[in-house]
Amino acid sequence: MSITIENLNKQFGSHKALDDINLEVNSGELLALLGPSGCGKTSLLRIIGGLDVADAGKLLFHGEDVEQRDARERNVGFVFQHYALFRHMTVFENVAFGLRVKPKKERHNEAEIKRRVHELLNLVQLDWLHDRYPAQLSGGQRQRIALARALAVEPKILLLDEPFGALDAQVRKELRRWLRRLHDELHITSIFVTHDQEEALEVADRVVVMNKGRIEQIGTPDEVYAAPATPFVYQFIGNVNLFHSRDHAPWTEQHGDAVAYVRPHDIDINRTPQDDTALQVEVKLVRTIGSVVRVEVAADGSGELIEIELSRERYDATPLANGDKVFIRPRQFRVFDTGVKNELSAA
Amino acid sequence: MPQVSLTRRISTHESQSVTLLLIAVALSYLVLFLGLPLYAVFYQALSKGWKLYWEALKEPDALSAIKLTLLTAAIAVPANLVFGVAAAWAIAKFEFKGKSALITLIDLPFAVSPVVSGLIYVLLFGAQGWFGPWLQAHDIKLIFAVPGIVLATIFVTFPFIARELIPLMQAQGKEEEEAAISLGASGWQTFWRVTLPNIKWGLLYGVILCNARAMGEFGAVSVVSGHIRGMTNTMPLHVEILYNEYNFVAAFSVASLLALLALVTLVIKSLVEWRAKSNGNPLH
Repeated sequence: MSITIENLNKQFGSHKALDDINLEVNSGELLALLGPSGCGKTSLLRIIGGLDVADAGKLLFHGEDVEQRDARERNVGFVFQHYALFRHMTVFENVAFGLRVKPKKERHNEAEIKRRVHELLNLVQLDWLHDRYPAQLSGGQRQRIALARALAVEPKILLLDEPFGALDAQVRKELRRWLRRLHDELHITSIFVTHDQEEALEVADRVVVMNKGRIEQIGTPDEVYAAPATPFVYQFIGNVNLFHSRDHAPWTEQHGDAVAYVRPHDIDINRTPQDDTALQVEVKLVRTIGSVVRVEVAADGSGELIEIELSRERYDATPLANGDKVFIRPRQFRVFDTGVKNELSAA
Repeated sequence: MPQVSLTRRISTHESQSVTLLLIAVALSYLVLFLGLPLYAVFYQALSKGWKLYWEALKEPDALSAIKLTLLTAAIAVPANLVFGVAAAWAIAKFEFKGKSALITLIDLPFAVSPVVSGLIYVLLFGAQGWFGPWLQAHDIKLIFAVPGIVLATIFVTFPFIARELIPLMQAQGKEEEEAAISLGASGWQTFWRVTLPNIKWGLLYGVILCNARAMGEFGAVSVVSGHIRGMTNTMPLHVEILYNEYNFVAAFSVASLLALLALVTLVIKSLVEWRAKSNGNPLH
């Protein structure tokens, strides 16, 4: 089921949580709402799910206005950050809840409920835990049960609020791959909220980057990483070095007062100047992190550190030591003006 | 340089003599102020034998006092149960203006002396009170009658259940309710299937405390009752009357019933706490 959001606004006291949001979610896609905490992504999710009400704007499911429908009538599955499992019910009863509260006419008989719950528990690979209580499960298990519970009512839309936020790094990685596979099997229109860019880029079909209640960019993971639309997206997704026109004019000179954004892995290091735009710097720190080498350098007369990432092979071709004087030049960068943006490639 | 001892004392461990002394002080305090009076009540009640004890309890005025006390509790406790759950639900799960004022109001009966709260009822509903003439004209009798006793008891005991539930429900948050609603449950289904099971031990605990106070309340009830024997006397008031008439055996016999109630309450309360803890939702 597709979702259309038009001119949505939400205010909490003097804080503008959502500022004129427009968004189209395609049927069957897995969309990530990505942004720092307080950017409005959870508010947007809650409004879509009917747990909060927007001040103004339109919300359509498959072209149909759902503003007047409350949460229980929207047929939306919601997965909470802290799972929100019913603590006094077994895993089985948790998953069965949505089936048991259906109106009498629509309710399945006990045998059918049993069959469906076990089917869902098998889907999340936790059928063997059916008689346990939530308190007896690990975080990852609880989240999978919460997902099974949400899927029990056969929702047309699945909303996940920071689904892996409370889990440790290893479990997070496993679960997000599992979620991606599950989505490929079920094809339910899904939106998940996250502040973790890696998670968004790895799992989602499309990413919506939000900041201060506004949408900064909508695009595929590739697009938002390779072609950030705004300085915010540049800085929020991946690391970036800033070169202000005041300090180093050659890369920004046609643009007056502007800033060049350069990814750490888009910088070349040479012992001799590549051309007359190269910047002379001093090596401050060299660290090897797994397969990459991170080099921190500082321009002459400036304390500001520039971060450069080299592959192992590249680094081995020009090994560096602290205090070496070298020249750097970006292979690719982007200049942002006040409001005006231009793409340049130095290569 | 002075020598520094290498074996430092752990600050939370006192020596054995200090531990024993502290326990002894606490125990003797308990015995002196709780154990001895309790013993005295039962000793006095049974000082002339079981027969007189039994006679004192089945005397009509005593029976009527017991009945009235049970009736009062039977009305006040359910009333406060409904009010307490509703108030705690509203305060813990919703944001609204005047929330802190409501919390303060709920605490009011704890802050006001029971005698004063009784007097307020007399001022409002008594013959010379604000609503007195209107009540008389419609032949409704509140003060010096059973309804006044029930009203005063409800007032004095109404914080018990709400106060027990508010922190519990606040700590539990509203995510489970939101999950229930997004799964298609109605408001009632959410309350009966999710909210109530989550608070049942806290609720039972509040009911026990509320009941104990409802049966034992003296001050407020004393002001509004009028002490009419066989009509408007509750057990605590009946004890006072008997005592003032130097009928010690009867006074202590009825008092022993109240004391017994207190002991039963304590046992049930400990059981509830123990059950709640073993269920993984400690009350405090």
